[in-house]
Amino acid sequence: MNERQLIVGPFNRVEGDLEIRLEVRDGAVASAQVNAPLFRGFEMMLPGKDPRDALTITPRICGICSVSQSSAAALALADAGGIDMPPQGRIAAALLHGVENMADHVTHFHLFFMPDFARPGYDGRAWHDRALARFTAMEGSAARRATEARAQLLHIAGILGGKWPHTLAIQPGGVTKAPDAGERVRILATLRSFRRFLEDSLFGAPVEAFAALPDVAALESWESGDAGLFQAISADLGLEGTGIGPRRYLSAGAYPLDTGRVSASGVWEGGQITPFETGAITEDLSHAWMLGDTAHPARGLTEPDEDMADPGYSWCKAPRLAGRTVEVGALARQVVDRHPLALALAAEGSVRARIAGRLLEIARLQILLEDLARSLDPSAPFMAPAPWPRSGTGAGLVEAARGTLGHWLRIEEGRIAGYQIVAPTTWNFSPRDVTGAPGPVEAALVGAEVRPGEETPLSVQHIVRSFDPCMACTVH
Amino acid sequence: MNLLWLQSAGCGGCTMSLLCAETPNVFDLLTDAGITTLWHPSFSVQTGAEVRALLASIEAGETPLDLLCIEGSIVTGPKGTGRYHMLAGTGRAMLDWVQSLAPLARDVLAVGTCAAYGGITSAGGNPAGAVGLAYDGRFGGGALDAGFRARSGRPVINIAGCPTHPDWVTQTLLLLAEDRLGAQDLDPLGRPRFYADHLVHHACPKNEYYEYKASARELSELGCMMEHLGCIGTQAHGDCNIRPWNGTGSCTRGNYPCINCTAPEFEEPRHPFTETPTIAGIPVGLPSDMPKAWFMALASLSKAATPKRIDVNAHSDRLKIPPGEGKRK
Repeated sequence: MNERQLIVGPFNRVEGDLEIRLEVRDGAVASAQVNAPLFRGFEMMLPGKDPRDALTITPRICGICSVSQSSAAALALADAGGIDMPPQGRIAAALLHGVENMADHVTHFHLFFMPDFARPGYDGRAWHDRALARFTAMEGSAARRATEARAQLLHIAGILGGKWPHTLAIQPGGVTKAPDAGERVRILATLRSFRRFLEDSLFGAPVEAFAALPDVAALESWESGDAGLFQAISADLGLEGTGIGPRRYLSAGAYPLDTGRVSASGVWEGGQITPFETGAITEDLSHAWMLGDTAHPARGLTEPDEDMADPGYSWCKAPRLAGRTVEVGALARQVVDRHPLALALAAEGSVRARIAGRLLEIARLQILLEDLARSLDPSAPFMAPAPWPRSGTGAGLVEAARGTLGHWLRIEEGRIAGYQIVAPTTWNFSPRDVTGAPGPVEAALVGAEVRPGEETPLSVQHIVRSFDPCMACTVH
Repeated sequence: MNLLWLQSAGCGGCTMSLLCAETPNVFDLLTDAGITTLWHPSFSVQTGAEVRALLASIEAGETPLDLLCIEGSIVTGPKGTGRYHMLAGTGRAMLDWVQSLAPLARDVLAVGTCAAYGGITSAGGNPAGAVGLAYDGRFGGGALDAGFRARSGRPVINIAGCPTHPDWVTQTLLLLAEDRLGAQDLDPLGRPRFYADHLVHHACPKNEYYEYKASARELSELGCMMEHLGCIGTQAHGDCNIRPWNGTGSCTRGNYPCINCTAPEFEEPRHPFTETPTIAGIPVGLPSDMPKAWFMALASLSKAATPKRIDVNAHSDRLKIPPGEGKRK
């Protein structure tokens, strides 16, 4: 038996810093430990502050999911104060959030995930020349085109949010900026231009065609655009068989409008979708460098273990739903929303399923963003100012690009008394819990191929990046 | 001319903002200027062992280092060890890496307010012991000594902002690539003067409201946000309203206050960010170089002279009364 240990880090093309320790046996990963190596302590900064300050501070947890953090904080404050957004405020907030999620998905695919296929390790594969031309890091034609399209798409954030990242436009009572008729058509024009990028470059076909894919066979016969290139790579490398997640998916439902959330909330397991019971969330600290007991985030504490004692190995807490791991992200959202292709990929739970789920969401999100922009009514109110709560508790759950994000806060005597955050990558990249059960990525890495001489195995890189981790959010 | 970019205790938002650079995109811009990226945590292909080998080669002096960009604050906790951020895979604190690499660089750039002064990571009691590279808040000396000079002789260049504007970063890099950024081009806080010599107030679309002290009372109203809503654009250094963000934006164009994010200690204003503290009804923190008595006299005069159009619009969430046609003389 041939055994060795590998430390993979700094693990890049993820958001933030990441270290992965691997036990390798007979050419495959036998076990993995995921370490989020940075502690900042946002949950410790907030108590004692005016509740309004959460809207300035929490977006700065993360520069890639900043609007998600802002939306979750606004919803938690609204929940605590019984504050409601007018319908048009909700539409503008959803548009701003959806643009961020779209930008993140496009960044992930073109800049974070695909460049690995341009590596010399794949020299000689039928698709390698195409991958080199399109996705060589910082040089590939698709990478550069996508970067330009993303920057232009974010002009919508400039109009509705002043700037991106770190806007203060989303408030519990609505949005600060009421777009006028000229801005509404400008937003629509920007979206049409972004559609051109998606259809010329990513899909090579109308987004409606990709959004309508009914099953895995249809996905496998998709050949056009960079989505087709990914499909060819995936088929050749067998990405449908690697990086298998827990195959339990959670979504809180994205984009709360006055008619309800645009996508469904729930938990998928074994073909059944059940309601998401937020009361069943716990954060286990057994393998985190954190002191205290397992608790629901409404009662949780953040106290770092300065000695970084064993068995802790990460600053990340271990969230569990009814004691078990769940996977969150674009695939999870599409599965819980019962899209037929996503449902067909749910039991597969692989690298391919995650990427296909994200591409599917890009196609559907483009259509949604256009609908939202068309329904903007510049004559309607976008904000309903309301008194700020002096006391109370609140929760705000949203869907960031990479999955379910929750804020839980408690206000006493006009000040924040407690603030806990469970971020998407906290779910996906959690360490082991008290039962020894590994987090979703730790489990997904078991069995990954390690070729002779590989120090930073390619298969491990594909698996880890397929989750689109945001380590900045993870520990916060 | 090569560039190494490392991220520590920040949100990564300055990199995300940098990606918003336009005409040309950031990759073309750097390449065209002759800047080679040795490694960037979000863009480069190399990961894990490949990066460790690169860092070792720089430390050994085998790979010259021209531009060292650090994004995020440097954490010194717990107990001064810096172990709140051990650079993944290296077993060494980022504090140690920065102290080792900075003297090897021709120039050191602190990208964003966290790297410059500590920034948001040092808010709320600073649980992780976050400091900037050459500053701890407004005081000199952070992860590096106050007297630190890079090989060029320049101090750390503080491209402060939360986040930074992509052009602030790219123009600084372009100037350095031509070696045209002298000591006189940095302000007293180490910020490039090409953006820090402006105030956010300059070209703010709310200037007409400011002139009459026609003030918004609630977020979403069009009026000036200085009197009630915490806006410090009249004191904040940055060309945010001259050089728009994401096409046409800025904080005040988004109808929320400037929080002075390019300044040290902006993260602890000692009042809620969106509320102006007052003493006897007078806002604390008037424009920095205006005598208070004059300000008060002008403010009361201009308030009394406020046209109805401006008064009504200031308290509306959209333009209610348009400007009339001027009379022909």
